[in-house]
Amino acid sequence: MEDSRIISINKLTKRYPMGSGEFTALTDISLDFGRGEYSGFVGPSGSGKTTLLNIIGSLDSPSEGTAEILGYDISRLTHKQSAQLRNRHIGFIFQTYNLLPVYTVFENVEFALLLQGLSFTERKKAVMEALEWVGLTDKAKSKPAQLSGGESQRVAIARAMVKHPEIVLADEPSANLDAKNSHHILQTMKKLNEELKTTFIFATHDEKVMQHLNRIISLKDGQVEKDEMIPNSKS
Amino acid sequence: MVAFKLAFRNLIGAGLRTWLNVIVLSFAFFIIIFLNGFIDGWNRQARKDTMNWETGNGQLWHPEFDRYDPYTYQDAHTPVTDEVMKLVKSNVLTPVLITQATIYPQGRMESIILKGIDPDQKILLLTTNLLVSEGDDIPALIGKRMAASSRLKKDDLMLVRWRDKNGTFDAVELRIAGVFDCNVPTVDNGQIWIALDKLQKMTGMDGEATFFIAGKSYTGGDIAEWKYKDLKFLLSDMDKIIQSKKIGQAIIYLLLLCIALLAIFDTQVLSIFRRQKEIGTYVALGMTRYQVVGIFTVEGAAHSILAIILGAIYGIPFLLLLNKTGIPMPIAGDQMGISIAEKIFPAYSLGLITFSILLVVITATIVSYLPARKIAKMNPTDALKGKLQ
Repeated sequence: MEDSRIISINKLTKRYPMGSGEFTALTDISLDFGRGEYSGFVGPSGSGKTTLLNIIGSLDSPSEGTAEILGYDISRLTHKQSAQLRNRHIGFIFQTYNLLPVYTVFENVEFALLLQGLSFTERKKAVMEALEWVGLTDKAKSKPAQLSGGESQRVAIARAMVKHPEIVLADEPSANLDAKNSHHILQTMKKLNEELKTTFIFATHDEKVMQHLNRIISLKDGQVEKDEMIPNSKS
Repeated sequence: MVAFKLAFRNLIGAGLRTWLNVIVLSFAFFIIIFLNGFIDGWNRQARKDTMNWETGNGQLWHPEFDRYDPYTYQDAHTPVTDEVMKLVKSNVLTPVLITQATIYPQGRMESIILKGIDPDQKILLLTTNLLVSEGDDIPALIGKRMAASSRLKKDDLMLVRWRDKNGTFDAVELRIAGVFDCNVPTVDNGQIWIALDKLQKMTGMDGEATFFIAGKSYTGGDIAEWKYKDLKFLLSDMDKIIQSKKIGQAIIYLLLLCIALLAIFDTQVLSIFRRQKEIGTYVALGMTRYQVVGIFTVEGAAHSILAIILGAIYGIPFLLLLNKTGIPMPIAGDQMGISIAEKIFPAYSLGLITFSILLVVITATIVSYLPARKIAKMNPTDALKGKLQ
């Protein structure tokens, strides 16, 4: 575990200004994640799942403590460095898919690679490979508005995975999907986790997701209540 | 490059909203070129006509001569020296003598300026060859405005009364030898041109002149007491009038441009308000907030590129047609005091096109950037949720 540790959170506290005072979203969190983990934060709304996910994704920074992602202390990163970290090493999957509406499926998946400055041939190869993983090669030219919820989330998975990131952060990825689609995308993500050794971290309160996780970290009122390994998860 | 690519995709994807902005901006772009082209064409034509009919390539004035003060005419004359006469004989300069006079067409009394000019001169387009005469006949040239206002026509006779250099009144009958048609009212209104030698004889100012008109071969500079007046000085009134017209027209097209820019600004504000999730997604996918500001700025500025292309599509044929056929000017324009042709041919210079493109692109970029700056202050986690900030 020590050798393959890619995320290290130490005594992390996050506070937000609220009116004249402050609201503490996370208190004294210490966690480590290894390469290839398939884990998730669970807990009720307001427990701090998304906040922790955002900090790991370098979209936010801790008020106290440290969060080291792939050896980078995100509090010390400049805007440019944290953008590069996200672009090359971290994939995001959102509850509402967050596909860019004016782009086709191909272009949505291609986006991160455009920022990396890859040639069109390289981009096309990578995008088609990612769409093949999620079974959507035939939808490459479709616009997001023409896709179902399940298909949209699969595009989002392809977009997160196309750059072969070390970490994928999925915030309530199944919340807007029916049981069948939820199962399908969770299977897809698990398959990618096993094949590519990508670390997946979920924020969820969906039982269906929890059944697939190998590690469940329960959060309550911004604190880790329980951190357990699930040896016999559904996947 | 990525920002341009994304911006154009977003812009085209926005559909009707984009095209409405582009149409309004392209119209402003077209009007800027049209109005400036019109003024530049007018300026070019007015300068050319004024030089051909009135100022030549410059003038040499008697030190006391002031074209706006008729009281100076009485004393502003002096004999032409040999040095100057050489230039006159080689057609580099042509002398003009002027005096105040009164005419009595059909019994009416009218104050005029009587101008004597060498009938053999080749510098101005005035048909001075018609002023050649034998004996006591004094042929005169008048312009079409003067002919109209005084109800005179070719071959009419009219009595003219003037004072000679000693202040003595004298009178004689002139014959209208020709009515010239030119666009320069300052050689026409209230003026009668006769042969220089006749006027010198009438006023007792033999061998004298008030000023000289310089031809193209004159290199400039004072000669003895004669003060050189360059074109900048001689055309300064016209330049001022055209400048004031330019300002008036600039107000019109700037207002139009403001409306178009306001539409882009409004679109940008709305866009940033509505696309917060998209902004958050860009950041999550690896863009810095400043890169996102760049995308939105380029997106707004790209309106101007599309507007220029659209403006070129419908504007170029229309402007070229106007350039060929000219724009008819109302007769009332004649009263402005500067040269206005019956038709103005707009002039579209490279400078004008470049200025118009830069004006539209730069202003569109500024109004796109101003609201886009807000993105740099956005919290990406709030943006991802689409939370109002």
